[in-house]
Amino acid sequence: MATHSHAEEHHITGNKTYIIVWAALMVMTAITVYVSYINFGMLNIVIALVIASIKASIVALYFMHLKLEDSITWVFALFPLLLLALLIGMTITDTFTRTIVP
Amino acid sequence: MANHTIAHNVYVPFLEKKGILSWILTTDHKRIGIMYLISISFFFLVAGVFALLMRYELLTPASDFVQPHTYNVLFTLHGSIMVFFFIVPGLAASFGNFLIPLMIGAPDVAFPKLNLGSYWIYLLGAAIVLIALAKPADTGWTFYTPYSATTDTDVVLITLGVFVLGFSSILTGLNFIVTIHKMRAPGMTWHRLPLFIWASYATAILQLLATPVVGITLLLLITERTLGVGFFDPAKGGDPVLFQNFFWFYSHPAVYIMIIPAMGVISEIIPVFARKPIFGYKAIAYSSLGIAFISFLVWAHHMFTSGISDIAATIFSFLTFLVAIPTAIKVFNWTATLYKGSIHLHSAMLYALAFIFLFTIGGLTGLFLGALAADIHLHDTYFVVAHMHYVMIGGTVMGFFGALHFWYPKWFGRMFNETVAKIAWLFIFIGFNVTFFPQFFLGVQGMPRRYATYPPQFESLMSLSTYGSWILGFGIFIMTLNLIAGLINGEKAPQNPYGSLSLEWQVPSPPPLENFEEIPHVTDWSYGYGKKK
Ligand code: HEM
Ligand SMILES: [Cu+2]
Repeated sequence: MATHSHAEEHHITGNKTYIIVWAALMVMTAITVYVSYINFGMLNIVIALVIASIKASIVALYFMHLKLEDSITWVFALFPLLLLALLIGMTITDTFTRTIVP
Repeated sequence: MANHTIAHNVYVPFLEKKGILSWILTTDHKRIGIMYLISISFFFLVAGVFALLMRYELLTPASDFVQPHTYNVLFTLHGSIMVFFFIVPGLAASFGNFLIPLMIGAPDVAFPKLNLGSYWIYLLGAAIVLIALAKPADTGWTFYTPYSATTDTDVVLITLGVFVLGFSSILTGLNFIVTIHKMRAPGMTWHRLPLFIWASYATAILQLLATPVVGITLLLLITERTLGVGFFDPAKGGDPVLFQNFFWFYSHPAVYIMIIPAMGVISEIIPVFARKPIFGYKAIAYSSLGIAFISFLVWAHHMFTSGISDIAATIFSFLTFLVAIPTAIKVFNWTATLYKGSIHLHSAMLYALAFIFLFTIGGLTGLFLGALAADIHLHDTYFVVAHMHYVMIGGTVMGFFGALHFWYPKWFGRMFNETVAKIAWLFIFIGFNVTFFPQFFLGVQGMPRRYATYPPQFESLMSLSTYGSWILGFGIFIMTLNLIAGLINGEKAPQNPYGSLSLEWQVPSPPPLENFEEIPHVTDWSYGYGKKK
């Protein structure tokens, strides 16, 4: 079973795709470095995180073959992102509202 | 060919091979389960001794037996060893390992070598913590900053040990998830799975997804201590409450890592000894997943007095009440299973009944604490200590002891002395309540936790609690001796002493090396006791 799906993956994702993805990652790294010299104020962190998220996503999709996986693998891949959002989001409900007294 | 099959089908119990290598290099889930069982029981007894020493100090108001600093070390070691080395790996690593493949009709877990690796990582973590005992930490098991960042005791090593241990937990969770998805025997559909498997599945998800957060948190603390980075130090732009947020984001789900497997055990024991199909199978199964998910949303109920905003506290208080729903669903379903059953009071069943009774008290007092206004008064008092011990001893440990008595014949192929087991249960049940029930009153009267001394007006309740700990300790002592004696000279166990319908009882006791001669075909659920479903 394992060997079967392995062969399939090789068939679908050729070296060409990997090289394109790698190049895209390099370009985005360059952009990250470049924009770090420009001051966007509050947006600095947002821009850095958006680029980093895109990079992480294409690594997961292509290098880690998520694109070819079945739906249950997708559930397991996406659920932690929801938890991360909860961790950050619910912690922020505290830090951003500390001065408000009902 | 005929010859070949005969040679293949000779029954070889998994315990047949002897010698140290047959253990430390084994990939057999049943042996790995035994190694976990021995390790966690060892840590349980060690940390139990620390508890008895603490209670002895609290017999009188003054700190006359140990110095306050020693007392702080004692509750830190008691808490961290009990939590991280006994109760979190606990049932999942020991009985989970033993039972999951047997119950779903598989020859082993999905990744047997990884399974052995997890055990070795567990031991490595334990070894690191042992080294840390040279200058033991005094922070409490929660390692709160800022104190943990500044105390001159060895916080780094003990947290590093816990960090390493986390990987054992994560890998075990991963292994079990894949096993339950991929290794079920033909016909073992999701809705025919024994409820212990559903519980193990929910636990495994929590282990896999929550543990990394505590790992990272402890790593941040280590960096803060060793490199002086200011994650949690306000002077450097950090926030000490951030530590609590991260810590409880793991540690609240972790309390469900502790309890859900025990709930699974209870769901197996009750129908067998009530001779009735389990009531509300799907409700119990899905409530495990429900608890697992909601447990991620309530963590700040440990932080109501830490200075978090009123708005956040109100939201978390509300969400905490939601946890009670799936929990209560289980309790009502177990009681409904008992209703009009023909109940047989085997020692395992006594532990299961004790679980229902004590866990209900623990869960309800959890709601008191989840109520924001009440918690402002009760936080960090003995009320919290009583609550957590009602859920962790009254719940998890009762489930653990119940599992020990229930699957003992299957695992070791021998019987223990049932009368002694019942006597031990009685001591444990009485001792436990005498120890911890007075602590509810102490807490309501304002006695704070984690102090070596106390005002004289608390002396009667405090000493009562200490006497209780002796009864409890004695009960556990008899139980342990009884179980060990059974291993040495107990009668040989039959294949299925209780007439259980579950798959693990359909193989010889102890199970053969490869579990099943041939992989079974499952045609029904395992709870069709009495009349058919
Ligand atoms: C109905 C379910 C439960 C509710 C609503 C609940 C609620 C709470 C709350 C609000 C606290 C914080 C009290 C404070 O520090 O002021 C607490 C503490 C605690 N609970 Fe629960 N709980 C529940 C079940 C459990 C279970 C099943 C376990 C473990 C098996 C558990 C273990 C603990 C522990 C260990 C603490 C103390 C942590 C510490 O500060 O050292 N609880 N619980
Ligand atoms: Cu909690």
